[in-house]
Amino acid sequence: MAEVSDRIKEIIKPENLVYAKSPVLNDDIMHYCPGCSHGVVHRLIAEVIDEMGIQDQTIGVAPVGCSVFAYKYIDIDWLEAAHGRAPAVATGIKRVMPDKYIFSYQGDGDLAAIGTAETFHAVNRGENIVMIFINNAIYGMTGGQMAPTTLIGQVTSTTPNGRNADLNGYPLRITELLAQLPGAAYVTRQSVQTPAAVRKAKKAIRKAFEIQAMKKGTAFVEIVSTCSSGWKLNPVDSNTWMEENMFPQYPLGDLKDGARTDADLYRIKG
Amino acid sequence: MGELRLMKGNEVIAMAAIRCGCDAYFGYPITPQSEVMETLMAERPWDSNGMVVLQAESEIASIHMVYGAAGCGKRVMTSSSSPGISLMAEGISYLAGSELPCVIVNVQRGGPGLGTIQPSQADYNQATKGGGHGDYSLLVLAPASVQEMHDFVVLGFELAFKYRNPVMILADGVIGQLMEKVELIDQRPRWTNEQLTEISGNWATSGKLKSRPKHVITSLEMDSSIMEGNNLRLQKKYERMKDEDVRFEAIECEDAEYILVAFGSAARICQKTVQIARKKGVKVGLIRPITLFPFPEKLIAEYATKVKGFLSVEFNAGQMVNDIRLAVGGKTKVAYFGRMGGIVPTPDEVEAALEQKLIRG
Repeated sequence: MAEVSDRIKEIIKPENLVYAKSPVLNDDIMHYCPGCSHGVVHRLIAEVIDEMGIQDQTIGVAPVGCSVFAYKYIDIDWLEAAHGRAPAVATGIKRVMPDKYIFSYQGDGDLAAIGTAETFHAVNRGENIVMIFINNAIYGMTGGQMAPTTLIGQVTSTTPNGRNADLNGYPLRITELLAQLPGAAYVTRQSVQTPAAVRKAKKAIRKAFEIQAMKKGTAFVEIVSTCSSGWKLNPVDSNTWMEENMFPQYPLGDLKDGARTDADLYRIKG
Repeated sequence: MGELRLMKGNEVIAMAAIRCGCDAYFGYPITPQSEVMETLMAERPWDSNGMVVLQAESEIASIHMVYGAAGCGKRVMTSSSSPGISLMAEGISYLAGSELPCVIVNVQRGGPGLGTIQPSQADYNQATKGGGHGDYSLLVLAPASVQEMHDFVVLGFELAFKYRNPVMILADGVIGQLMEKVELIDQRPRWTNEQLTEISGNWATSGKLKSRPKHVITSLEMDSSIMEGNNLRLQKKYERMKDEDVRFEAIECEDAEYILVAFGSAARICQKTVQIARKKGVKVGLIRPITLFPFPEKLIAEYATKVKGFLSVEFNAGQMVNDIRLAVGGKTKVAYFGRMGGIVPTPDEVEAALEQKLIRG
């Protein structure tokens, strides 16, 4: 055993490392379930903040939901918002500190159900903030209830026979709606289930922060995510289920890539 | 002497905010207080001193914008009227739970529900007993003149930062719409970054410097023993308010046999009632609580052993009267008179009620 541990020590010497955890992500053990996407997205945000050198200028807004404790893991200043209100809280911060980097981090229930109004209006105002949207089509924290993005037929604890459009309405593609708003600068949908997807998602998050620096409007990054506990699948099967069921309904890619729309298009004549 | 103006109470809220160096106002239109934001927009303080003024999509958004900006250690305020304050209740609870300073103005209208746009004081319980969920208190100031609308914005920010607690200015439609002479303070600058560091540098979320641990603004705590400790800390703060910041006005109480207790507009009516009653030879005084929380309970307890009775006069169904009863503790008679639904009683009506409920009753 001693031999093995000596070999491990040899392997993990700093000079042998090809990858190191960003110091912006702290060492606390995350409370997320195995197979959950939150941890990966947290890491990507921490890496982007680290690489851009903006740790002292970034303020995060945590939601209510599984990521309510996001503030524990990324070593920056945070405000914990009420359920759904993160875009309003982020607006308040950004308006009084316009040169700081502000991002909100929300799940589907928070952003697309209880907080729909705040989400729409923050984007429509073109607030110069980054909004990270974790869409796993279920309420994780409260025990697997139907989310606005739950798919038709998907079983949750409040749709035990599967989501039924007659009874529960339709899955909400809020990202497509937000991409229509003139205040949106960059709207993209990503995922983190493979190394290639993780790299693309990181690029998208980095781009979103850069758009904020240029004050071009709201940068919105959806991450289609897994919830192994809520879906009652193991992590590998969750990824497969996501690819087979979520991706057709929530296709990956950029929905808007540019800047806020020219206000003159909406100007009165008189 | 500062600049003298003839202005509406609501307009003065805006002017005082600008002049005392407030950093940001977030609000949503609602009668009878829409002049607050209209005045701010007309004055364009963002051009002169960088103050942010933003019309939000709802009162819910307004109060959470306040939460965000207040978390940065800035001087932030909002204003609304009764139904709008109900919408803000959750956010106010978060502000109190996270110990953030801010000023919230409620220019009360009649309820319940959509009620009426006419004046009312029916949000006394909501303002003084919390209004949102959980054990918390706001420091509540009740202006009775346009000058006090001005002064309490300035005082409100001082107290909000003294206690790191939301302060509510509980006005009513009369004071909001009334035009009176007011002396405005001279323009004060907004806090500089150096001042902000000194005042809120040990808690505000202004960006984590290498020299300090991260700051987290939250009311969440899953460990019950820590959460109870947080609650006890809040309660201690409210006790300190009771020790240090009870404010009131006592008019002709020294020789009084009967004392009227009234706040805001009702107190102005009662001042006239005192004159009418005294002309008739009845020794009547008036206690006007200026802070509704902390309530001047010690003062009322002192007079409870000296007078034949208290009459609580309110534009509601009798809310403050319960705080008077608690302070009096059964030592003398306590009665209530009030009107509702937007009706403002006359001084003679109050005098008749005094006669009927206390003197003959």
